Amino acid sequence: MIKISSLAHVYEKGRRLKFSDWEIADMEQWLLLGASGSGKSTLLNIISGLLEPSQGEVLINGIDLYTLPVRGRDRFRGRHFGIIFQRPHLIRSLDVLDNLALVAVMAGLPVDHERNLSLLHDLGIAELAKNYPDQLSQGQLQRVSVARALVNKPDLLIADEPTSSLDDENANQVIQLLTTQAKDNGAALIIATHDRRVRDHITKTYLL
Amino acid sequence: MNILKISSKNLVRNKLTTILNIILVAFGVSILSILFLASTQISSKLEKNAKDIDLVVGAKGSPLQLILSSVYHIDYPTGNIPAKDAYKLMQNPMVKRAVPLALGDNYNGYRIVGTDSTFSNLYGLSIQKGSFWHKDLEVTLGNTVALTSGFKIGDFFFGVHGLTGNGDTHKQHAYQVKGILKPQGNITDNLILTNIGSVYKMHEEKHVEGHSHVSAEETKEINDKQITALLIQYKSPMSVILFPRMVNQSTNMQAASPAMESARLFSLIGVGIDTLQWFAIFIMGIAALSIFISLYNAMKERKYDLAIMRCLGASKPKLFFLVMFEGVLVTFIGACLGLLIGHVALEVIGAYQKSSQAKLTGLTAIPQEVYLIWIGLFIGALASLIPAMQIYKVDIAETLTKNR
Repeated sequence: MIKISSLAHVYEKGRRLKFSDWEIADMEQWLLLGASGSGKSTLLNIISGLLEPSQGEVLINGIDLYTLPVRGRDRFRGRHFGIIFQRPHLIRSLDVLDNLALVAVMAGLPVDHERNLSLLHDLGIAELAKNYPDQLSQGQLQRVSVARALVNKPDLLIADEPTSSLDDENANQVIQLLTTQAKDNGAALIIATHDRRVRDHITKTYLL
Repeated sequence: MNILKISSKNLVRNKLTTILNIILVAFGVSILSILFLASTQISSKLEKNAKDIDLVVGAKGSPLQLILSSVYHIDYPTGNIPAKDAYKLMQNPMVKRAVPLALGDNYNGYRIVGTDSTFSNLYGLSIQKGSFWHKDLEVTLGNTVALTSGFKIGDFFFGVHGLTGNGDTHKQHAYQVKGILKPQGNITDNLILTNIGSVYKMHEEKHVEGHSHVSAEETKEINDKQITALLIQYKSPMSVILFPRMVNQSTNMQAASPAMESARLFSLIGVGIDTLQWFAIFIMGIAALSIFISLYNAMKERKYDLAIMRCLGASKPKLFFLVMFEGVLVTFIGACLGLLIGHVALEVIGAYQKSSQAKLTGLTAIPQEVYLIWIGLFIGALASLIPAMQIYKVDIAETLTKNR
């Protein structure tokens, strides 16, 4: 489904990152391992169409992502990728449920409130639906951002250190949710992490 | 969930800034709308009252004062003119209609105007109740006078000397109400009409009975009969040039044109209106600046929000529109609120207004007010343009990866 080949990125400061080729089939679950600063976030940004690489190509179902026009790439990302960031950036003026609804709206899809509520329920934060982001703890925020990534039933879930701010119990629950939800939605999963708690659940690894 | 909701939620989140900006816009718009409304209403009232009056002839003095006193019934008359000279002018072939006016008394501030039937022809007056005055000391009340005084047909009242409420009461003779006029929507609503004879009678009697030692000269003046002014309508527009010159040069009287004098009056008031207008525009400018600064500052914080939305699939133009929309929404609300405040304020001003000549009301609207809303929208768009441009500069990947 996703194939990267001869990918490299050069930052303005002159730092050069080179990535070995990688192929992810449908519904495969991968760990992206690497020391901090090794370019995990950079690679995820490139795959998700946020950062244009200096060199190489990202093929998604045979289409080179970076030959799409910017708008097309935005739309493609909104509909096919669910992204969980290191920091759970939520829109602060909207409550949790509206933050989820926004995902569908931004991707130009109809809002399914029932699905959003059941996602919150699965993540154990159903009672927070009407709360605003600044009323939530870091762990709760992270779970909302997981729910947000799942709203549009993406083909690929990309998680950048999703468990780093969670305790053991919550971390386990989130990984369980990510793996099962990815499976249920027919989505492939990439988790960039250095968290040992995650390594036990996923076998395929891509090492930077 | 749409752009409107996202914008309004964000505005609600920053309540104080939003309220400040709305108030600034509303303040500017309300001043402008009050100015627009008041000046249109005043000029239309003035025009209505001076309709069909081509020229006013009165005693020498300020032409503006002559117009104000005898057409708008605001100021004091310039003096009196000899009735026989006035009647001579009335016979002039250029004159289609001439209405003599004798002022001097009032009731509760409502002027008692001595005139003849040509007055009702000139203003197209019609009776609501009763009849027009016929004999001395009979009066017909303007509609507003009847309403506020509560007089009914057949009631008697005493006139007061002078043109304001507090003078000597003419106790010798009482006026009798003979009729009440239909509302005319002009100055005649606020007048008490009678014949010239009544006005003479009031003042003659007073002199004869009250001051028996009156000088011979004074008695002669009264016996010679005087009137205050003459409202003139021309037969043909040609007379506009000839007639006033004839009056001013060959008689001891003065001719003044209502059109010219009200234009002069307006050019005098105009300075004040201009100043206020610039003041309002200045406030609108401040509002634009305030909106710009608050949106621009908010962009630092909102960069993350916008980056996330981009990440979720929103295109740059969509987010550009979102930021623009916020600014425009604030000014739109402000402009609408400003119009509302303007109308309410004008209605309140009208309610407290003493001068009944040009009573202001906030219940009418004029087409120019639509421009105020457009100006509001334009200011909003202008102020949010630069902040919205930031959308195109934000590096999403970097913004989201960086710690807050």
